[in-house]
Amino acid sequence: MSEVTEKGRLVSRAMQWIDDRLPITSTFKEHASEYYAPKNFNVWYAMGALALVVLVIQILTGIWLTMAYVPTAEGAFASVEYIMRDIDFGYLIRYIHSTGASAFFVVVYLHMFRGFAYGSYRKPRELLWLIGMAIYLVLMAEGFFGYLLPWGNMSYWGAQVIVSLIGAIPYFGPDLMEWVRGDFVMSGITLNRFFALHVVALPLALVGLVFLHIVALHHVGSSNPDGIEIKASKDENGVPLDGIPFHPYYSTKDFVAIVVFLILFCAVVFYAPEMGGYFIEKPNFEEANPLATPEHIAPVWYYTPFYAMLRAATFPFLGIDAKFWGLIIMAGAILIPAALPWLDRSKVSSMRYKGWFSKIALMNFVVAFLVLGYLGTIPPSPIATATAQIMTLVYFGYFVLMPWYTAIEKTKPAPERVTH
Amino acid sequence: MNIRALRAVRVVAIGVLTLGFGVPILAADSDWIMKPMSPDLDNTASLQRGANLYVNFCLGCHSLEHQRYERTADDLGEIPHELMKANVIFTDQKIGEHMQSSMSKEDAKKWFGAAPPDLTMVTRVRSPEWVYNFLLTFYEDPSRPFGVNNKVFPNVGMPHAMLTLQGIQEEVCFGNRPIDLLDVQPALDQDRVESIKDGGDENCSELSLILGSGMFSNEEYDQAAFDIANFLHYVGDPTRAEREALGKYVIGFLLILLVLAYFLNRNYWTDVKKN
Repeated sequence: MSEVTEKGRLVSRAMQWIDDRLPITSTFKEHASEYYAPKNFNVWYAMGALALVVLVIQILTGIWLTMAYVPTAEGAFASVEYIMRDIDFGYLIRYIHSTGASAFFVVVYLHMFRGFAYGSYRKPRELLWLIGMAIYLVLMAEGFFGYLLPWGNMSYWGAQVIVSLIGAIPYFGPDLMEWVRGDFVMSGITLNRFFALHVVALPLALVGLVFLHIVALHHVGSSNPDGIEIKASKDENGVPLDGIPFHPYYSTKDFVAIVVFLILFCAVVFYAPEMGGYFIEKPNFEEANPLATPEHIAPVWYYTPFYAMLRAATFPFLGIDAKFWGLIIMAGAILIPAALPWLDRSKVSSMRYKGWFSKIALMNFVVAFLVLGYLGTIPPSPIATATAQIMTLVYFGYFVLMPWYTAIEKTKPAPERVTH
Repeated sequence: MNIRALRAVRVVAIGVLTLGFGVPILAADSDWIMKPMSPDLDNTASLQRGANLYVNFCLGCHSLEHQRYERTADDLGEIPHELMKANVIFTDQKIGEHMQSSMSKEDAKKWFGAAPPDLTMVTRVRSPEWVYNFLLTFYEDPSRPFGVNNKVFPNVGMPHAMLTLQGIQEEVCFGNRPIDLLDVQPALDQDRVESIKDGGDENCSELSLILGSGMFSNEEYDQAAFDIANFLHYVGDPTRAEREALGKYVIGFLLILLVLAYFLNRNYWTDVKKN
């Protein structure tokens, strides 16, 4: 027995020595064992943890891919096949990374939808929301730059289409486009700079922003499905009555979600890595060829809602040509969620207590997003374009009309304490 | 089943597919009705025959520049390397090298106008079924430089490499044709007779083989086309078998972990009081 206490004393002395120099114990308390999260989280609240898991997966697999990938126009395509065929478990590393890109957007879109539905963007979480939006933008750029790297034909032409959008900006567009590409056409020079951005610049920005996102979250505290502040009712020790320590309650709960996620993720990685052409598009198994355009250029699924809105602009307006309108609409569609904290004028945060207008608007938004996502994958046709135009209006309607419909609708009173 | 019914089935099938899991459709380069084919990676004999046919009839022009001879030998029923060198490697390449074509890209471009594409991943760009149908549907067409055309890949810029095996096929056209066609085709179904009477668009939806013009019987050639498509399906993704076998263990492990994680979580949450 004395031996046990002896050992215990040694450990606690070592811990004390470290804590005097680096605040490990207090940081762990503040952010885990004494960080109080509402006890009524549902499955939607696991998406943030899953996004963090995917980020780690992408960084680790990315490091290993970089060890064998050759970022040149001559070597890129063959080096990916070398990874797939000649490196032990190379196929696994590559498929995890390619599936991880899609998985990232799946969980991030669900995470954002959670914010829409429960009003997670509302005061005092505006900055938390804006940091999240910045993460989303960086993530889109990260995915875009990464998609060029395999140097497949869809990589090449997809990037070509998006980069050429810059050329639609009046006056300095064409020069700017050339500056971005570093060449008169998409070339090895473009590939090189996209590689630098994809593996160094954007991951750094992403990790930094995610850190800020978590710091801001832990400062204001998590929202919850009832959209009420648990800090409003505290016990005599200052602990929220409806709060429970993140660790061990949510660390164990998130762990269940992570395992479920990994099962689905592995099912794709091992049995359907191309996901029927959605995660890895068929023309991308052919090397980039500046002389042969794929018959139908479509971006990867996570950009297709915005691509459909880009294509929905078909006529000039106010002296601005259709292509530039497309760019404005697309950029607007991506950025407009950032305005949510100032668009929502409802008395309550959560969809549980908001009125029918909000519920219908949110449902319309989801339908529009999914329909646009589908339309972005298919070749344009008159019916598809007309549908995309209507859905673009529905998409923007959710945001633009929000100050009006949230102010006039009849809401239910939110409870004092969370429902659990 | 008549052609019209087949077409209807195809339209419905494509509709179901695109609605069900929304396969991004590769724009069809022809309206040829594909003969169904599902590859069988467990059929080692077929894969070996396919490899044999490929190196004899295709590799001269079409490299498999990401696939190594050694891996092919090891994956297709552990063919001894000596045997592989003696019977499959016709160039001076070593067994560890990629399966290159002996024709240089510059020469090829000069001779054919465009270098024949590498086919390592042709089944992933198109599909095994496409390759199979492509090999089946060469037909005589004097207007083309090599005297043949293809139903799946119209105006393809290559000769029929396996002409000696298959023999010569001719187009059979209906509609907008002299009515005496009915005499040579007595078994025409009623729909088609109507369409011929209407003088509809020329519809060349069948090929017929000139009997005795090839070394293989119809069945043998069909099998050869299947074997090559099957082999190319393997070459497109040679780690598939390994990956799918490993997946069972990984997912099995995660399922066990899920049970433990679930009970661990439930155990902790027993102290959280309901409001």
